[in-house]
Amino acid sequence: MVAGPLAAPAEVLPEVAAVHWRPRADDAKLRRDARLWTAATAAHVVPFVGTAIGLVLLEPLAAPVSLIALAKAWIIPELYAARGGNVVRAKARGDEAAERTALGLLGDLVGHAERERAAQTGLVLERGRLGVWLLAEAGALLVRPGGRRVFCYCVRAADPDLPSGDRIAHLLLALRADEEGFATVANVAFAGARWRVRRRIPAPMRPALDAAARLSVEPGPGDLGRPAHEAAA
Amino acid sequence: MARLIRMDQTGHTTLAEWSASDEASVQEAVQAFRTELDRGYYGVVTTGPGHAEMVRQLPVDADLVIMRRPIAGG
Repeated sequence: MVAGPLAAPAEVLPEVAAVHWRPRADDAKLRRDARLWTAATAAHVVPFVGTAIGLVLLEPLAAPVSLIALAKAWIIPELYAARGGNVVRAKARGDEAAERTALGLLGDLVGHAERERAAQTGLVLERGRLGVWLLAEAGALLVRPGGRRVFCYCVRAADPDLPSGDRIAHLLLALRADEEGFATVANVAFAGARWRVRRRIPAPMRPALDAAARLSVEPGPGDLGRPAHEAAA
Repeated sequence: MARLIRMDQTGHTTLAEWSASDEASVQEAVQAFRTELDRGYYGVVTTGPGHAEMVRQLPVDADLVIMRRPIAGG
């Protein structure tokens, strides 16, 4: 598990009350959810692969149909991953002065290195207890410890007119206040292999995902307690 | 001077500035804070790198208090 600077919350995020029926997200729940996503992917892929193999064995002339089945076995998980990757796509920019002001505040919250990352990739990296987070304007990626699995969350501030930096700052402050509450409020769009998600996010964002994956590997003692922007440098 | 800011369409707006030793400025900031709570905003203070805390009352000893909108799953 990645040790990080996010502390156990002093109180529950108030937004959690709006989704009171959901079990609170924690490490064990995320591991269960990950297994369910893997099972769902297998349930989509295995029948198509089995059909493809069976058809060719029964009738070699059915090879074109087998290829179609194999294509579906590949495409369906890719469509899910595309849905996950879409959560971090940038929204339309507003007033430039407001964007600069918002980016300044975001920089005060995360430090110079993360402000640069936000300017270059549109993502802010924040290390938590559940993994390493990448926050976007209307979504977040959680790279789980070990770096192989990514949860894609759809979550946003309830004001569509905010500049992009403020949208990220909203998510950052909520995450820092109550990480598990944040993961409870957010909607999971996809959970699966990092390589699938990486292919489906915009190219400028991929270095941020790579950095999060590196950081999600168990840190050395020197990294413990260091802010994400320092540990990822 | 400590500041109370609200994240909004302009980037952010400074709602109040106060000094703990200036009771009038504190009262003004407390009133501004309550007004934003009534409008549906939440108060947050950063409490060190990677840490933040929700607040229901203005923490007079904080340097910066940020008002944010609620978040929701998309």
